[in-house]
Amino acid sequence: MSKDKRFLQGNDAVALGALYAGCRFFAGYPITPSTEVAEKLAAMLPKAGGRFIQMEDEIAAMAAVIGASLAGRKSLTATSGPGMSLKMENLGFGCMAEVPCVILNVMRGGPSTGTPTGPGQSDIMQAKWGPHGDHPCIALTPSTVAEQFTETVRAFNLSEKYRTPVIILTDEIIGHMREAVEIPAEGELEVIDRVKPDCAPEDYLPYDSSKGDVPPMANFGEGYRYHVTGLNHDASGFPTAKPSIIDSEERRLVRKVEANYDDIVKVEEFMCGDADRIVFAFGSSARSAKDAVLALREKGVKAGLLKALTIWPFPERHIKKYADGGVKGILVPELNLGQAVCETERAAGGKCPVEGLFRVDSEAILPSQISGTLERF
Amino acid sequence: MAYDYAKFIRPGRLPHIWCPGCGYGIIMKSMLRAIDSTGWSKDEIVLASGIGCASRLPGYVDFNTIHTTHGRSLGFATGIKLANPALKVIAMGGDGDMSAIGGNHFIHACRRNIDITVLVFNNYIYGMTGGQYSPTTPMGAKATTAPYGMIEPSFDIARLAVAAGATFVGRTTSYHAVPMEKLILQALNHKGLSVVEIMAGCPTGYGRRNGQKAASDMLIWEKEHAVPYEKAKNMTEAEMAGKFAIGVIYKDESRPEYVESYDRAVGLSKRG
Amino acid sequence: MAKAVIEINAECCKGCYICVELCPTGALEIKDFKAAVKDAELCTGCMSCELRCPDFAIIITRNAK
Repeated sequence: MSKDKRFLQGNDAVALGALYAGCRFFAGYPITPSTEVAEKLAAMLPKAGGRFIQMEDEIAAMAAVIGASLAGRKSLTATSGPGMSLKMENLGFGCMAEVPCVILNVMRGGPSTGTPTGPGQSDIMQAKWGPHGDHPCIALTPSTVAEQFTETVRAFNLSEKYRTPVIILTDEIIGHMREAVEIPAEGELEVIDRVKPDCAPEDYLPYDSSKGDVPPMANFGEGYRYHVTGLNHDASGFPTAKPSIIDSEERRLVRKVEANYDDIVKVEEFMCGDADRIVFAFGSSARSAKDAVLALREKGVKAGLLKALTIWPFPERHIKKYADGGVKGILVPELNLGQAVCETERAAGGKCPVEGLFRVDSEAILPSQISGTLERF
Repeated sequence: MAYDYAKFIRPGRLPHIWCPGCGYGIIMKSMLRAIDSTGWSKDEIVLASGIGCASRLPGYVDFNTIHTTHGRSLGFATGIKLANPALKVIAMGGDGDMSAIGGNHFIHACRRNIDITVLVFNNYIYGMTGGQYSPTTPMGAKATTAPYGMIEPSFDIARLAVAAGATFVGRTTSYHAVPMEKLILQALNHKGLSVVEIMAGCPTGYGRRNGQKAASDMLIWEKEHAVPYEKAKNMTEAEMAGKFAIGVIYKDESRPEYVESYDRAVGLSKRG
Repeated sequence: MAKAVIEINAECCKGCYICVELCPTGALEIKDFKAAVKDAELCTGCMSCELRCPDFAIIITRNAK
């Protein structure tokens, strides 16, 4: 059978990945550099039996996505920094109410309006800590157009499996670049759907964690009438002010993600086996980092790349392995003034030097900048 | 004859959190009787609310219910309706929830004419937080954040809904328990976006600061200041000063409903 | 014989006085902060109290004529 190979833009690959994963609803608001995702899905969703809506603002778009998911459709929204700031309120609601959905943030520079047409990687901490209160966070960081597709499928799978919103943190470079992509055939990639209750409706507790940290989820309209709220609630879904329940539910919420590091955290180890210096990178910076590693290897320098495809939960075990293994240092190039580098430092635990390489002038980090710094280690 | 609300009330959820004399319990009862008259099954009904006193209503009733973020119920409701148009979606919130923080969502839901019924509980005040002024607090009235009297003109929520494009708009009061039930029933049966603004007293947050010491004073005030729309439309502005129209204020059955329009435009309806 | 039977659910009643003030015949009163029947014979079964009780605390059952 001939392969379905296409020359695709990064944002289009997200749209196609979403459809592959079973996404049948999109609500969004126009914002550079993510708008192509909305445009693509406005055209394609109806052909797949789905629906699209452009809402009055980013807040409503996030609300609609959660609503649609509750009514049984896998749902996506796409935005960039300023829109992401607005989505935080309902993103927190999605975490609290445990509603699966996917949020694409095509990162640009900031703060505020920043540089809409330039890349940024400055929303790393926002993804994790943007919504107020403790909450789980899964964020994926593709760095190629092919990964835009596959990581979007993975984002939907993780959101359905862990019953939580999942963020895709990409950037303007990856979103707008074009690469040849082989579209996986139907059935080639695993597609996960939410676990539904198997009990009678009258016995259903929407947040019953007695059989595991992720409770089965009924869709609205399927006969399991239940209550959803952003207030602290008990297994029945109704608000509670009981300290012991608030405590155990808050802890479960975070634990259901944090305790599944091996399943969620995906890191590519490139030429790391014998490496004496490591670059830890993600998104567009990982592309430059790969070039830098290859260039250094040609010169006989034993450099390796840890490419994070999951940035939250943070790949701390992967970093620790190399820090403990005695590398000369870890370099973290990122398009911000130091976000992932602090987490990397924490993960390295003082076992090796960790250095950041930052760029915030709306241009990409160059391979030569990375190799130049790594060489000095 | 006595109406049995028990079939719609979630076991063990009453008494509700509303203060003594709060008009919202009266609205809840009229709404349940109206819902009963539609003949819809509980499984197909969705109630979505925002934040505030009114928004606590969904927790008490045995439907698919969602208590969302402040002002955002219509965003969630729109997603639910688009995802599964077979569901009967009712959104509700107070004056602050729907016309201040949720004002943008309110006007755009009206403009789209999506088949959702919106109940706006208007008690002229932010009740849950203790009586701050809202976009519907009357000029001169006292609120905790307007200790010298309200200086901002208020929104007329029903007129706002008409202007924004809602195709069924009505107003009623918590005094008018039976007419309210009938008005809500009409709104529920209307295809398109319907709004019912319900004037209701907040004795705790509003009444006691504004010369209405008892809950019954507020109900009687509603009775005395409400003018049936058919009569009100022939009255002068001076005659209507301080009064408000009740009943069906606007109705247009000719405009297409949003989801139907969408499905037609994209060819989904042809596929069935 | 009274035209209707008044039942009061004291657990739900919050003693707001709406039923008392809006009863056209004065059949109800507040006793120990809760609604109570003052004179059952006065009840005409008009439903004013039941319809406007915000607390689901009053049930009026009209007697057959």
